[in-house]
Amino acid sequence: MAAPSLAADTRDTKNLPFLYRHYPREELLGALRRMHLIRKFEEGAEESYMRGLIHGTMHLSIGQEASAVGICLPLTREDQITSTHRGHGHCIAKGAEVKRMFAEFFGKTTGYCGGRGGSMHIADVSTGNLGANGIVGGGIPIAVGAALTAKRLNTGKVVVSFFGDGANNEGAFHEALNMAAVWKLPVVFVCENNKYGMSTSTERSTAVPNIADRAAAYAMPGVIVDGNDLSAVAQASHEAVERARRGEGPSLIECKTYRYRGHSKSDRNRYRTKDEIDEWMANRDPIERYEAELSAFGIATAEELEAVREAVRAEIAAGIDFAKESPAPVVADLADYVYTEQN
Amino acid sequence: MDTAVRELSYSQAIQEAMAIALEADERVILMGEDIGVYGGAFQVTGDLIERFGPERVIDTPISELGGAGVAVGAAVTGLRPIFEFQFSDFATLAMEQIVNQAAKMRYMLGGAVSVPLVMRFPAGSGTGAAAQHSQSLEAWLGHVPGLKVIQPSTPHDVKGMLLAAVADPDPVMIFEHKLLYKMKGPVPEGHYTVPIGKAAIRRDGKDLTIVATSIMVHKALEAAETLAGEGIDIEVVDLRSIRPLDRETIIASVKKTSRLLCVYEGVKTLGIGAEISATIAESEAFDYLDAPIVRLGGSETPIPYNPELEKAAVPQVPDIVAAARDLVSGVR
Ligand SMILES: Cc1ncc(C[n+]2csc(CCOP(=O)(O)OP(=O)(O)O)c2C)c(N)n1
Ligand SMILES: [Mg+2]
Repeated sequence: MAAPSLAADTRDTKNLPFLYRHYPREELLGALRRMHLIRKFEEGAEESYMRGLIHGTMHLSIGQEASAVGICLPLTREDQITSTHRGHGHCIAKGAEVKRMFAEFFGKTTGYCGGRGGSMHIADVSTGNLGANGIVGGGIPIAVGAALTAKRLNTGKVVVSFFGDGANNEGAFHEALNMAAVWKLPVVFVCENNKYGMSTSTERSTAVPNIADRAAAYAMPGVIVDGNDLSAVAQASHEAVERARRGEGPSLIECKTYRYRGHSKSDRNRYRTKDEIDEWMANRDPIERYEAELSAFGIATAEELEAVREAVRAEIAAGIDFAKESPAPVVADLADYVYTEQN
Repeated sequence: MDTAVRELSYSQAIQEAMAIALEADERVILMGEDIGVYGGAFQVTGDLIERFGPERVIDTPISELGGAGVAVGAAVTGLRPIFEFQFSDFATLAMEQIVNQAAKMRYMLGGAVSVPLVMRFPAGSGTGAAAQHSQSLEAWLGHVPGLKVIQPSTPHDVKGMLLAAVADPDPVMIFEHKLLYKMKGPVPEGHYTVPIGKAAIRRDGKDLTIVATSIMVHKALEAAETLAGEGIDIEVVDLRSIRPLDRETIIASVKKTSRLLCVYEGVKTLGIGAEISATIAESEAFDYLDAPIVRLGGSETPIPYNPELEKAAVPQVPDIVAAARDLVSGVR
């Protein structure tokens, strides 16, 4: 995930898309691994939920993996993100370990939030993830605050704020973008536009055709990318992150993407057609597309791709075992973390 | 009224009340997030969009502050909005319009307008949805003069109180515990109202008064049944409305039983129990007390995700049984 020096391998990359010119082979396979890890993590979480091992609800980002991974590709471990209710992918893309994520879902002390937060509050602060959020739009001003810190303390960090298309109609979005622009803060706003906020399509909720059109109101670049094209996402992110690092202020990136699963566990998919879902799954799957490119460009053989998948499957299985075996918090510790411990 | 009574769930009772209101009065509209084809996050609006159309069952963007404000403006000028928050927690985003505008507009304008607005808040813990989707914020709104705040605990009451709220010229906030939605109970057909501001005695008793709200009424009744087996006779008062508060019913009950236990899910400190306790302390019932007043409320924490911790964060039946037993047996 660290910003790489230019490819050391000997491939002739000059006619290839950005991603393949810019990142060495290990990074490219690392990105594939993370995309698989996100999907398999969510499938594992979903299955555990169906079997009654996990309670509550969860919002799956299956189908949106290229956005999470591509955006985080140019980020360093120290750079920060704020995430959303649909935040498992962001957490993994930023470098979290799936075993501690599973442990959180199982409500265990070894989970990233000590079993207090669950899916909707998944976070790994050690890899720069300031947290998923149960409040739509809640993370956007927080990202601006983190960028204010980066600027004041001169840390060189860039902050990325992920949010959905639905969040662009919250006041917090508009207030936050304005401040970020006025103060030229090192923040990148990333809208993952999967066409719906729960059941409400962007056509029905939003006055402009593209969320990126909102950028004009806050005098920042607004870029639209195919959110299922890893290279396109990574390139847009790279440019916005570099701009932020140079002190030139915020950008807004809109990743056009699609969620395969229902909004949450209570969705009957009444607001969209099966044809629409099938079309996205059959023709635009981000992982399939990326694997096809890796093959076509001679970056990985079929066996090497399978080896990545196999390693991911093993990591997922080990993660679930870790979660199951971990201890649950005890009721006596209910009030831990309400306030900061001071002695 | 000559009406048949059927078993309906709490959410069906709400839906029926809204349908009756929409049918009876063209001015009534529903507003909220995903209340149309989705049917509402808890399927409370269900298929009302098919019956009344998208002009009257309005999906808002995810804009709680703006949406609430639009509802206030519409109410002031001639519509009768019923506004659904997807979760009561999101009232926090709309507090400006609820607290500064809806609650005060009539007063500030010297009585020149009314704000006939109904807001519905799915509330409470027990669903594993963690700290930002499980709160019980009714006491926040109960603190605001100009609002009426109710917590119906049965399908019968929620229908009648919602219809009373729609008829009310002032803003009425309805807190609906999410775990009640599937609970069934007898509900008369057709239009009827249950008055806002009147508590209900759910069980007569002589040894102890439990004043409970919302889902805690059911837990208190369960605890009372357990203790009946030990010869302890508990009176359960269902508060139903926290503003206005039916002080008379509480005072009369405590004068009869001489002991008071308050049970509510909101955070204990500075919560509804404090108001009920103070009501007794300030009244003639104080002289009748044989034991200190006891409150059981939510823990002084956010609601945690882990299911065991989540249960421990709000009063459960065994907690009520233990507290009631201690009170009556003089341990306290
Ligand atoms: C302030 C607030 N309002 C409503 C909700 C309920 N809710 C959770 S996710 C969601 C849809 C969000 O849509 P979008 O921003 O497009 O993200 P997506 O779910 O599509 O990833 C809604 C309405 C919430 N969590 N917070
Ligand atoms: Mg969306």
